[in-house]
Parts: sequence; structure tokens; C-alpha cells
Amino acid sequence: MTVSLIFIPILLVILLNIPRLSGKAAYYAALAFFAYQLIAVFFPEAVGSAQFSQVLGRWFRLNVSADGISKVIIISTAIVAIAALMTSKPFIKYDSRLFSLSNLMLLATAGINGIVFAKDVFTIYVFVEVIAAASYIMIVLDKTESSLEGGFKYLILSSIATVMMLFSVSLFFLVAGGTGFREISDAVRNFGGNTVVMLAITLFMSGLLIKGGLIPFHAWLPGAYGSAPAGVSVFLGGIITKATGVFTLIRFFYSVTGFNDNVKMVLLITGSLSIVIGAIAAITQKDFKKVLAYSSISQVGYIVLALGAGTSLAIAAAVFHIFNHAVFKSLLFVNAAAVEKQTGRRDVDSFGGLGYKMPLTSATTAIAFLSAAGIPPLSGFWSKLFIIIALWSAGCRGFALLAILASILTMAYFLNLQKKVFFGEMSPNLEGVKEAPLSFTIPQIFLCAITALAGVGFFYVIKVLIFPSAGII
Amino acid sequence: MSVHILLLSLTVICAAFAVVRTRVIRAAIMLASISILVTITLFVLKTPLAAIFELSVCAGLITVIFISVISLTNPLTKEERSEERENMFKKFLLLPVIIIVCGVSFYMLTKGINFIPVSGPEAVEVSDKAELWHLRQIDLIGQIIIILTGVFGVAVLFKDNKDDKK
Repeated sequence: MTVSLIFIPILLVILLNIPRLSGKAAYYAALAFFAYQLIAVFFPEAVGSAQFSQVLGRWFRLNVSADGISKVIIISTAIVAIAALMTSKPFIKYDSRLFSLSNLMLLATAGINGIVFAKDVFTIYVFVEVIAAASYIMIVLDKTESSLEGGFKYLILSSIATVMMLFSVSLFFLVAGGTGFREISDAVRNFGGNTVVMLAITLFMSGLLIKGGLIPFHAWLPGAYGSAPAGVSVFLGGIITKATGVFTLIRFFYSVTGFNDNVKMVLLITGSLSIVIGAIAAITQKDFKKVLAYSSISQVGYIVLALGAGTSLAIAAAVFHIFNHAVFKSLLFVNAAAVEKQTGRRDVDSFGGLGYKMPLTSATTAIAFLSAAGIPPLSGFWSKLFIIIALWSAGCRGFALLAILASILTMAYFLNLQKKVFFGEMSPNLEGVKEAPLSFTIPQIFLCAITALAGVGFFYVIKVLIFPSAGII
Repeated sequence: MSVHILLLSLTVICAAFAVVRTRVIRAAIMLASISILVTITLFVLKTPLAAIFELSVCAGLITVIFISVISLTNPLTKEERSEERENMFKKFLLLPVIIIVCGVSFYMLTKGINFIPVSGPEAVEVSDKAELWHLRQIDLIGQIIIILTGVFGVAVLFKDNKDDKK
């Protein structure tokens, strides 16, 4: 599975370009690959993924492997990528732009897969760069002033994060004599108190917190999410920041260095600040996409807060919330795109009663909001419950209470948004608005079904995917 | 050690000049100077293969591409440049201060750190060829993806789509 999911997108990009095919062909090829990726996780033999990897293994010796956490991220990536690409299509006027976007999403997905399967911190650095380059280009795809500004901010802060990570990798190399997980793990075990090791861990963690857009490293995120083309916002908000920031953080601490008390405290404080400040900032926003952007900061805060507990249950809870957040946040960004496409605006004060005209969008938004706020039996409830149990059982009771109270803030800004946009009296200038076309409604139903099914069938999800990923049987 | 500090200081100065120059051609020359300084640093650090790559690709090839592109653009007029320069000075007035503060802070924070760690594991001697082509294949694939992404970046940022309706 591992090798095929890195090689196939690269081969597809080459095939699509020599000879150059149409934007539509690239679009369907990319969709087909994302669907393939989703199926390959569950049935690697049936779709030929395992055989493909064996054949390539004769020529290439790639230092990669997959574990339970990788599987969850690969599934989330495929789901978000399908929704993001479908959402992008109605907004794109030019064939060449559809072609470029489809290719860039394939390359970014190859980058995510590379990070997920990496067993070496330098490899993580290389693939983080792949994603950063692809994301920057996708953000500025429309070449509007705001998108160029958002992209530029992302580029600068992302470069700072990259420099920190590269410096950290070089320090690890100095101490461990290599950059593989095993070498670094041994070095941390043997020289954990060494200041060079501590500096390396701090720099790597800071770089990842910038990539994850956590407070106080979040300056790039609202601009990038808000100004990116609709589909790209789905991709960014759904998986990019999670793969480059949060997943890598989990991999780094869980599989490589382990958690010490200082690291745990930094993660707990960063997570708490992100939850509270992100939620308060979301309440004050007027732009639909910016509410979702700040909400992402808040929700990613929950994942980092869980990591701060440092136990296996906390890791499982964090991984579960990554999956849930990827799904419900993608759904919300798809719905924001649908509303923008049908009404031509994003200012939440200019709507009202849109639910009468766009009932499916309204209903799916409500379900996503309820899941984000942690209302049972939706999937977001279970992951938040696990986060709170993990914090409580690890002795971080104050942080567990904060997580519960912050859910009220989440509920507040989402109810406010739902009320202003979809409920109440219908705004007279929305008379001619119709329900979104199939490019939006298919991902809406698809994502909404996953949120609901993962909630109702949570026991199966945690038994098959989540608990094994954290080594809990 | 003093040679390293001198080379790194010169690199930072060239980088600062590359940012504040109003003539793009001079900024490109400054970038090439950075690459030359990095090449010398790599030679001093006894990594000739990396030094040759840096010299040929960054100082050579990329500078040629920069200069070719700049030759296709219209230069600023004298008035525009003087206005730009004035703005530039205002914008980067604090740059030397920031560089000094960052440098001093970094020195203060790291002066107690012994960068030669306690008896760490011996690095296994591997030839450059084996390192690059056998042990780092996955990183090479990552580099290929970055190059492909860069190609799309150029296409997206510089291609005019006006006559290209869907």
C-alpha cells in the first residue's frame, strides 16, 4: 500500500502531462485516484495496491512503513480530497486551471502520503516542503489580491517553520548520527537531558505548531483559509494543516521522542489557548469562511490538548478527533462554498432564512455544527468525550473542565452562524436562490453520512481503526 | 570556527542586501553571492559533493534563469526607482536592528550549549553515492514531486488564462 500511494499520483501526473490531456480528464483521474486510495486502505490486495508495491520494491528500496495512525490519515486524506476537488469544479472557469488544480492536489496527496509513511525526520521535512509548495500554489490559484496576500503570509510563516525544522533535523543528526526515527529515539533515551537534544525537540515542535496554525503561531491561517479558492479551503481546512502540523506532532512525540513533562505542559497550554482564543475569535467574525477558519484553530486545539495528556488513550482520542474534524470541517467548508456559489456572498449578516431555499445545505450544516460542538450521537461527541476522559485520567482535570466549557463557546458561534445564515426570516434579496448543484450536494451527503455513521457506529470505528492506532486492544 | 562565523555573517549580509535592493538584477547577483558563500562554507566543512551541487545549480543555473527572466522585463524608470528606494529605506529601516537583536539573542541563548554532544553513536561511514541513491530514495522522490509542483507553480502564476474557457 505504502509505495503505491506515493508512486501512483506521480505517475498519473506524468501521464496527464505527456501528452497533455484536458482539465476534465485530469479532474476525473484525480477523483479516481482518491477513491482508489480510500479503497486501498481496506482492501490492498483486491485493488492491486499490495502487488504494485511488491513490483516496485524490486527496484526501489524506500524507507517507509504504515501503521494504524497512518491508515486513519490516509482515509481522511482521500475523503477530504474527493470533497475538495468536487467543490472546486463549479468555481473554475478555465480548463487549464482545473488541470493545474487536479495535478496539484495529486502531488499534495503524494506529499501527505509521504509524511504519513515516513520513518525518518528528514523525509518528513522533505514531504512537508512538498505540501507547503503545493498549498501555496493552490491558495493563489485565482490570482486575486486577497489570495496572493493570504498565500504570501502562508509562504513566509511556512518558511520560518521549515527553517526551524531543518535546523532541528541537523541537530538531531549531530547527536544521533542519523535522522531515522530509531536513531533519534535512541539518542533521546540516552542523552535526553542534553541541551542540544532539548533545543532540537523545541525547534521541531515549534515548526510543527506553526504548520498546524495553533495559537500563538496562527497568523497565516485565517488569511489563507479565507482567501483561498473554495475547494482549496476544503483541502486546507480538512487535511493539510492536520497532516503537516498535528499528525507530524503525534508521530514525532509518540513514535520518536516520547513525551516528557515539559513537552506535555507546552502542548496543554498551546491547546487550551487555541481552543479558547480560536472560539472567541470565531464568534466575532462576519465572514462565513473566517468563522470556519478560527473554528479550525479551536478544534485543532482539542487535538493538541489531548496530546498533552501523553497517554495511549489520549493519542487514540487525538487521532479520532483528527478524523472527525477532517470530515465535519470539510463538510462546513463545502457548505460555505455552496452558499457563496448560490448567493455570491459570504458576509453572514447579509443572509437570513436561506434554509428555505437550500434545505440540504442547511440540514447538513446543522449536523456538522452539532458534531463540532460535541452533541451525541454524532462522531464529534465521541472524540471529545475520549479527549476529556483521557485528560481526566491523566490527572489534567483543570484542562478537562476547560475542554467541556469551551464546547459551550463552540456551540455559541455555530448556533449564531446557523441562525444568521439559514434560520429566521428570509432576506428579500435571496428570493431567486436555489439549492446547490450536484457538485456540492454529493460531497455534502457523502460527508454528512460519514459524520452520522461514525457517530452511530463509533464502537466499530474505534475498535477497527482508532484504538489499534494507539496500541490499545 | 572564526572562518565559519565570517562566512555565515557575510551570507546574512548578502541575504539582507538581496531583500532591500531595488534593482532586481542586483538582488539576483546577491542571491548568487549567497550561493558562492554557502559553497565555500560547504568546502570548508569537507562536503565537496554538496558544494559542487550548490555552486553549479544555485550559483550557476538558477542565476542564469533569474537573469534571463529579468532581461525580459521592463526596468523601472529613474523616478520610479528613487520612489521605490525611498519606500524601501522606510520599510527596512529596522532590518539591521532586527538582525543584530536576533543574532545577539541566539548567541545568548545558545552560548551555554555544547554542540559537541557527549559520546554519541558513531556515524556509520557511507559513500555519498550510496547515501543518495540507495538510502535516500524516498527523499529523492520527494524532490521530484517538489520539481513537478514548481512546474505547475510557474504555469499557474505566469500563464494568462483569458483565451482558455472551459
